[in-house]
Amino acid sequence: MSPAARPQTRDEVSFGRGAERDERQGTPGRRPADTAGLAIATSGLVKRFGSQMAVAGIDLAVPRGCVYGFLGPNGSGKTTTIRMLLGLIQPTSGSQRLLGVDMPGGATAVLPSVGSLVEGPAFYPQLSGRANLARLDAADRVASPRTAPARIDRALDRVGLLPVAGKRYRAYSLGMKQRLAIAAGLLQPRELMILDEPTNGLDPQGTREVRALIREIAGDGTTVFVSSHLLAEVDQICSHVGVMRAGDLVFQGSLDEMRGRGAARILVRTSEPALASEVLAGLGLADITVTGREVTAQLGEQAPETVCAELVHAGVPVAGLDTPRASLEDLFVELTGEGFDVNG
Amino acid sequence: MSTADVTTHPAAPWAVSVRAWLRLLRSELALVFGRRRNLALLAVLAAVPVLLGIVLKVSSPQPANGEGPAFLGQVTGNGVFLAFLALVVELTLVLPLAVAVVAGDSIAGEAGRGTLRYLLAVPAGRTRLLGIKFAAVVAFCLCACLLVATVAVILGAILFPVRPVALLSGTTIPLAAGLLRLLSVAGYIAAAMAALGAIGVAISTFTEHAIGAIAAILVITVASEVADNVSQLAAVHPYLPSHWWLSFDALLRSPVDWTALGHGLLSFGAYAVIFCSVAWARFTTADVTS
Repeated sequence: MSPAARPQTRDEVSFGRGAERDERQGTPGRRPADTAGLAIATSGLVKRFGSQMAVAGIDLAVPRGCVYGFLGPNGSGKTTTIRMLLGLIQPTSGSQRLLGVDMPGGATAVLPSVGSLVEGPAFYPQLSGRANLARLDAADRVASPRTAPARIDRALDRVGLLPVAGKRYRAYSLGMKQRLAIAAGLLQPRELMILDEPTNGLDPQGTREVRALIREIAGDGTTVFVSSHLLAEVDQICSHVGVMRAGDLVFQGSLDEMRGRGAARILVRTSEPALASEVLAGLGLADITVTGREVTAQLGEQAPETVCAELVHAGVPVAGLDTPRASLEDLFVELTGEGFDVNG
Repeated sequence: MSTADVTTHPAAPWAVSVRAWLRLLRSELALVFGRRRNLALLAVLAAVPVLLGIVLKVSSPQPANGEGPAFLGQVTGNGVFLAFLALVVELTLVLPLAVAVVAGDSIAGEAGRGTLRYLLAVPAGRTRLLGIKFAAVVAFCLCACLLVATVAVILGAILFPVRPVALLSGTTIPLAAGLLRLLSVAGYIAAAMAALGAIGVAISTFTEHAIGAIAAILVITVASEVADNVSQLAAVHPYLPSHWWLSFDALLRSPVDWTALGHGLLSFGAYAVIFCSVAWARFTTADVTS
């Protein structure tokens, strides 16, 4: 499906190093589209582990400035994709660009502008939160040691860890560990944040805090690419979504486009469900289901007001009428399939 | 912000990258020498000369020709020899064990902990990180050998008389010159351990289980030492990683036996180059899935 890759205007200013190095690498035929406005652009990205196809040729298009929810059941290839984007694993085939720079070749140039949280936090248990961030900062070639203490404390402060900065990582709670990992991504001003399951294992309060933090980061103009299997989370913070299923990107587009996919339904509350379903069938509506005093059907081409009039006309006592939008969860399950089928 | 710092800074790009390299090396050294486990290893290394010194002081064994490790008989006569004795004793197991732990943990430990993916995403740079890791292992080897020698000399001076050093070739050199020779011996053994460390770092790039890497290094060490004692394998002896470890006694002759010493250093250098290359080839292409 064709990605809606429109660069967002507020972002044109924050073109970083990536834009200068925009020697467009022509992959003839495949994607002549303008990738400069994309924070992440992959083309036919494939990763095979032995005989197992982890990622089966995906074309990600993440517009700059958006909050992109990368959805998919566990094992659908989300983390593998993220690892490829960060240059941790080599794609079997395909190309990928971060902020307009080819990866993994341009890793040294582009990764300093990318903050990331990959598959949960991982730090040195014997070191304090602050010392752990200092370690990561020391690994950064372009980070200034002079400003390091101030930047580290600011990052800790943003995630609310400053009061426990001197405590050993070992003693941190899961939520604190997760927040420390996000703080690591905030050591530098970033153009792109890649967050893999940032609220994994957090309590509701921690989840809210992380969500607020993501909104705040996005508010600064940073593109946020956040993988998740929590739909409520995506619903609340994302403007764009990509849905993975068994290594395939089965949907990509704005959240509204995703919602638009759901077939419109009508719900009638009545004391005469049998009669109502007869009328609906007479109107040619499909997929009529009766549950107690509720009758639902696919609206199809019919306008809800016409249906209502017909029902009343037929003498159905209409107690309530609704056109429920398909929940994100329904759409998600529709795209990714039901049950626990792990891509083996 | 920091990128801006770098670009507006008058310093040359190479100076910046050297500084960045040193910053990561400092962080790595702090990690290696700040770990309680590694400090415990250093404590064990330092305890061996203490134990040897006390045992020799208490039992004062008669110098028995050809029995026990080299230098055993000389210690009671000259405390300086406690250092040589301690180094010989530790070379059989304790020193390689300590090096195996630090080298085996170098990459595999980061991978197992998951910190490797964060370091690489920074990006630390794979070649750069590997170079830093090996440099830290070399520093640990040097520190371990100097520690043993220093502790042994100090304790030897406390427990036993200290005199001008009688070399293996029979000549006697002044104490200062003898201590210089001891320093060279410590350096030579550190080079031997650094070569073992290169093997360890290479193995460490193949696994995310540090303990597996450590075990593999020890197996290689023991196998090499065993093979070195099987006379039927004489043809391969010069190529074994541990074959030249004890050749440091060439430094205790007058004149110094440069041939044996050169062979040893050549062997260590070859092992270091080969296994650093293996580590680099593996680490720069490996998928980091931990």
